Amino acid sequence: MRTASLFLVLLAVWLLLSGIYTPLLIGFGVVSCALVAFIARRMDVADREGHPIHLGPRIITYWFWLVVEIIKANVDVAKCVLMPKTYLRPSMFTTKATQKSDLGKVIYANSITLTPGTVTVDLDDDVVLVHALTTGSADGVKSGEMDRRVTELMREA
Amino acid sequence: MDLALDIGTWFLLLTGSFFLIITGLGLLRLPDLYTRIHAGGMADTLATLLIFVGLALQSGFSLVTVKLAFVVIFIFFTSPTASYALAQASFVAGLKPRLDGFGDSEDNKTSDDLGKGRD
Repeated sequence: MRTASLFLVLLAVWLLLSGIYTPLLIGFGVVSCALVAFIARRMDVADREGHPIHLGPRIITYWFWLVVEIIKANVDVAKCVLMPKTYLRPSMFTTKATQKSDLGKVIYANSITLTPGTVTVDLDDDVVLVHALTTGSADGVKSGEMDRRVTELMREA
Repeated sequence: MDLALDIGTWFLLLTGSFFLIITGLGLLRLPDLYTRIHAGGMADTLATLLIFVGLALQSGFSLVTVKLAFVVIFIFFTSPTASYALAQASFVAGLKPRLDGFGDSEDNKTSDDLGKGRD
């Protein structure tokens, strides 16, 4: 099941990147995608972690929310760079990741890093060590909204 | 219609370049490694996004647009991993972040900081 969806995703990406649609080349594409899917199955890497298709459309919603957060955070960091005396208040603190699976924790930690103004320095079990640039960006992580959204995305309460 | 697209592209490209300049300024101006990672994060996220959306407006609705979108997605997946690797490596190596005394001294204390990290 997961192998079939991996094959379809690979094929879609191949078709979008190729752009030349002659029978011979499409045949090569189909064969190579099938080969990759077969090898991934043999290596047992097309699992919930390697090919997280079960997240489905929820991940897209999450990405849109994340992009909005990134834009807001970028404006904060830009202000901080231009006026460090007023805004620069670096801090380092730990917070809890409520996700159960490794994939959920990685999505959460990488989302923190992707938002400028906060960087994940260490991830140990469910404790995340975060370095924040301003008080505003620190409060953003401490409020736990991102954590709640990732947990919701993973369907792991 | 073409004019509107061109204006939109120019606006996005200029805003993206503005954020790139601020990134460069931040890399020079902020006091230690950890705060500089934050500045670098701006170039990876919003600046990239704005510039690539601007380019996508020019390419219209074609396969090129899809490729540009793929580039953005790959950058958004890889750049936090690189930032994390950098922060984690310096933390494990024992470089302590400076957490106080920023309000009154934005002048370069960076050479001192780097010296401390090497001890």
